[in-house]
Amino acid sequence: MTALPNTTARPNPLHLFRGQGAMIALIVLVIFSAFRYEGFFSLYNASSFFRYNSMFLLIGIGMTFVIGTGGIDLSVGSTAAMSSVLAALASPHGAIAGVLAGVLGGLVIGVINGVLITRLRIEPFIITLGTFLGARGVAQLASGQAAVSVDSSGNFAQLGQGDVFGLPVPLVLLLLALLICVPLLRATRFGRTALSVGDNEDAARLMGLQVDRTKLGVYALSGLLAGLAGVILAAQFGAGQPTEGIGWELTAIAGVVVGGTLLSGGRGSLLGTMVGVTLLGLIFNVLNFENGKGVISIDVFWQNVIRGVFLLVVVLLQSRSARHTP
Amino acid sequence: MNQPTSPQSAPPLLLHMSNVSKAFAGVHALQNTELRVGPGEVHALIGQNGAGKSTLLKVLTGVYRRDSGNIQFAGEEVNFTSPPQAQRVGIATIYQEVNLVRLQTVAENVMLGHEPRRFGFIDRAGMERRAREVLSGMGLDLDVRRPLAEFSLAVQQMVAIARALALDARLVVMDEPTSSLDDQEVERLFAVIRELQARGVAVIFVSHRLDELYAVCSHITVMRDGRTVHQGPLSELSKLSLVSIMLGRAEHDLLQEGQTGFQRTVLEGTTAAIPLLEIQDLNRPPHVHGVTLSVRKGEVMGLAGLLGSGRSETARAIFGAEPGNGELRLNGRVVSWTSPQDAIRDGLAFCGEDRKQDGIIPEWSVRENLTLALLPRLTRAGVVDRAEQRRVVDKFIARLNVRCASPDQPIRELSGGNQQKVLLARWLCTSPDLLIVDEPTRGIDVGAKAEIQSLISELASEGLGVLMISSDLEELLEGCHRVTVLRDGESVRTLEQTELSEEALLAAMAHGSETAAPVTANTSYGSAS
Amino acid sequence: MTSIATPPRTRAPFSVHRHAALIALIALILFNIVTTPRFLTVATLNINLTQTATIVIVGIGMTFVIATRGIDLSVGSLMAISGAIAPMLFLNPTLGPSIGTALAFILPVLATGLLGAFNGLLVTRFSVQPIIATLVLFIAGRGIAQVISGGQLINFTQSNFTALGSARVLGISVQVLVMLVLLAVAVFVLTRTLFGRYVTAVGGNPEAARLSGVPVNRTRMLVYVISGLLSGLAGLIVIAINNSSDSNLVGQNMELDAIAAVAVGGTALNGGRVTMIGTLLGALFIQLLRYTLLVKGVPDAAAIVIKAAVIIAAVALQYRRR
Repeated sequence: MTALPNTTARPNPLHLFRGQGAMIALIVLVIFSAFRYEGFFSLYNASSFFRYNSMFLLIGIGMTFVIGTGGIDLSVGSTAAMSSVLAALASPHGAIAGVLAGVLGGLVIGVINGVLITRLRIEPFIITLGTFLGARGVAQLASGQAAVSVDSSGNFAQLGQGDVFGLPVPLVLLLLALLICVPLLRATRFGRTALSVGDNEDAARLMGLQVDRTKLGVYALSGLLAGLAGVILAAQFGAGQPTEGIGWELTAIAGVVVGGTLLSGGRGSLLGTMVGVTLLGLIFNVLNFENGKGVISIDVFWQNVIRGVFLLVVVLLQSRSARHTP
Repeated sequence: MNQPTSPQSAPPLLLHMSNVSKAFAGVHALQNTELRVGPGEVHALIGQNGAGKSTLLKVLTGVYRRDSGNIQFAGEEVNFTSPPQAQRVGIATIYQEVNLVRLQTVAENVMLGHEPRRFGFIDRAGMERRAREVLSGMGLDLDVRRPLAEFSLAVQQMVAIARALALDARLVVMDEPTSSLDDQEVERLFAVIRELQARGVAVIFVSHRLDELYAVCSHITVMRDGRTVHQGPLSELSKLSLVSIMLGRAEHDLLQEGQTGFQRTVLEGTTAAIPLLEIQDLNRPPHVHGVTLSVRKGEVMGLAGLLGSGRSETARAIFGAEPGNGELRLNGRVVSWTSPQDAIRDGLAFCGEDRKQDGIIPEWSVRENLTLALLPRLTRAGVVDRAEQRRVVDKFIARLNVRCASPDQPIRELSGGNQQKVLLARWLCTSPDLLIVDEPTRGIDVGAKAEIQSLISELASEGLGVLMISSDLEELLEGCHRVTVLRDGESVRTLEQTELSEEALLAAMAHGSETAAPVTANTSYGSAS
Repeated sequence: MTSIATPPRTRAPFSVHRHAALIALIALILFNIVTTPRFLTVATLNINLTQTATIVIVGIGMTFVIATRGIDLSVGSLMAISGAIAPMLFLNPTLGPSIGTALAFILPVLATGLLGAFNGLLVTRFSVQPIIATLVLFIAGRGIAQVISGGQLINFTQSNFTALGSARVLGISVQVLVMLVLLAVAVFVLTRTLFGRYVTAVGGNPEAARLSGVPVNRTRMLVYVISGLLSGLAGLIVIAINNSSDSNLVGQNMELDAIAAVAVGGTALNGGRVTMIGTLLGALFIQLLRYTLLVKGVPDAAAIVIKAAVIIAAVALQYRRR
């Protein structure tokens, strides 16, 4: 029995950068802002930031799984809008009813996505484009084209506006979701199969892995989390809004990519996505402060430009570092 | 020395496939085929490309659904509709192209799908331990936490075998498992197979290397044109008889004429003083580390080596598809091709090994595929001259005897052999001076194979220089004037016509030298990069 | 070895799959003929064609891009940019109406063409995936348009320019004529020119194309430029029709409509099958569907759901072969 020398791959510094680049940018931005803007590093700002952005972070979790399988989910924004309407409609029956209505609605959309993708074998792009439209339609149907007020007599609004142990409830929900999903991705057969599917779907099938079931699962998860985001949306703003959620899917995709996950699948980092989405959201936060300072006046329109430029810079950096990794 | 296993009054068969038929779009891939494997047998399954071996195995493992026939495994009738089903019953398959997930770790590749779990969570330590166990049982000591992609192709193939072992399979199907292994690794594989045999596990072994079959197999089934033409213990069959049954030709004809369609005429050293193509020290990390060879006008130069030795990468580097460093001379003139366009302009042609991936445009017709490389020359003022295109297509369909309903038929409806002919025509119609061709007869039925081989000989005799990559020893021996052997990305030997023999080729491929030098402990299972 | 004489040319059998869009369109037309009064009038035809004209024009560019296995999400934003630049030119007092209008037809389109080249650069030189690459301009482009116009809604009555939207020739609106001309040119380019064949080759099998000497990067770059140019033109048409330019609204959802038209029309998203006429049929079908639902009094919301279901079904039918 011969022993073989172990392979040692030299850790390539740029390789580390790809994963950590977003993290570094985030830290730098936070430090910069803490010094520059009074009130940035305050509990109030952090709290309201996470209260709002937890919706996008939840969707980013689901999107990470989906992209890990090499797929994409364009329906999450519409699903969130739809779920916010459903939740608002159910809120008179209590907070639990509201939550269930929204989350289950999202789950249904996710399952529809999963079933159509695995049965019809049509690309996720097209299918989720369809549910993107369909969920929006359901949102408008259910709401009669207007915002649906949340019943204020119950606890439902607390889900969006309240605090638990000093943390905003949405943030707590996000942390709970992470608590479940991080081990789900890294340490369960479901999660590893999902990444294997993105790595090489044909090989995964030949290896005997449950490819279709796993794909169904990731889309269901994505829908479910989008539903939860919709519930938070309704609770936070006091109304279910059929016209909200526009562009959310693109924010999530951008966040995933910024966080270092490959669009082609096979690798996925939830931490990276959290950093990516936070970073994108922080830009807005920073722009608001910058406007408040009055030194530079960046009107609303420039925000879009800046977001785009930022995405561009990150994408270029990623493409650079990707060239150096095996 | 191989041991025939069970006595003739046999224990019940482990696997019995009978009367299995399968057709694809009217073409019969299998016709009433039969396969009988007993427990603990090492069973060779052999036949030419296109004989139906891989179709039979895919029917067995659930990749394809059979049209008719019966499959019995361990006494029960089975009807697999997907690979997981076959695996669950204890049939594991190891493919020639390693079908694993390369971005994931070695341990995951070995254990995924049946890893040890605790409360639903993967027991990572346990998984790594078991993977290490299985691999060391095969004589391998790897860091199982590294991504599979960091290891060489040979190691990846071993990991695929480890996965089959870890699944406690009762029947292991190995499709060309030695194609990337050197002889030390082959010995290790044989040791593993013998141990399986001792445990009562049966192995179906598919290979073109007849000597290997005789070294390790106990029984054999020969297929030809979709039928089973011989079954029985291997000890009762001589090598010549085996080849004769495989090809369906009388033994004495084989001895006279050779096995392939190549012309057996002895070719004298070709006339040109300056070689058509000269390559010095071609380098293209990670796979090519110093290749030196030349091709003369009118010569067929073979390029041989184990799987993973860098032959295809060398070809692509020459053609400018993945350009590298080194000195290239065409007719004495230094050239530097940085894209296929450059090479084509200088009279080169390249017919790649993977028809599906690098060759055909599946939605296009025969006509369009055939003229793809010629399009710029068929264009006037930006518009393609359709009449001229049709003329060229008709001419080459006739010359190469391409069987298609019409030139407008979608190319994916053609058989592999005819597709290959269209691809060859694509290059021939550009009137090249040098043709690089990579595994020109892989996956093609016997008839088309001979036609293509004969065509190559004909073209060479008309002055075309050919660089031919092949893993078929007969092709190399009968079809080439000279053969350059690669090993680990380096050219180690060029055999002149007088030196060409099976032993010399195999020795060069395995050791890189004429003498059987033992491989030292410094053989690195280095990373792929 | 006997050689076979020129093989006979047989006609390929009619395939339902290949013509699903056409069949669906015809079915919908027949349905309307029977159930909708005054359906078969020039007026109805004109209304429906006019609505689809801009989608088809953008769809032509999108078809080229999708044919190379790419996608262009920035088309709507580019329309907005073109719609924002144009008024600055034809309303400009120093340039005067005639020069201003002439420039207004040229410069905005050039600008969006350059932005298309930017997309192409990201995709080819930097190997960024098309969906992400064009996402940049999707986000930033609208912002640029808004910055250019200051977010203001601009109303105008410059007749030389708005003729693009309102003029008619032989009773057919100018934009429909433009659409038909562009479509004819596009079909010719796609099927008969070297560039067009290269486009389908790159989408059909990029590696095989490259190995056969096709200039893959140059081809991919050009399709994004084409998409940019056509988006610019579409933007001009939209503001001409509306006599106003609102950078918040011009081109909104156009990327969706264009992609849906291309997909329903039968062009495959991951390469191989390309049909320019299909894009026309797809756009017409979706428009006619919308019209039918409207005329039948189906509420907007339900209409969206139906539209989604129909798109998926149409694509599923096309893909049945796989």
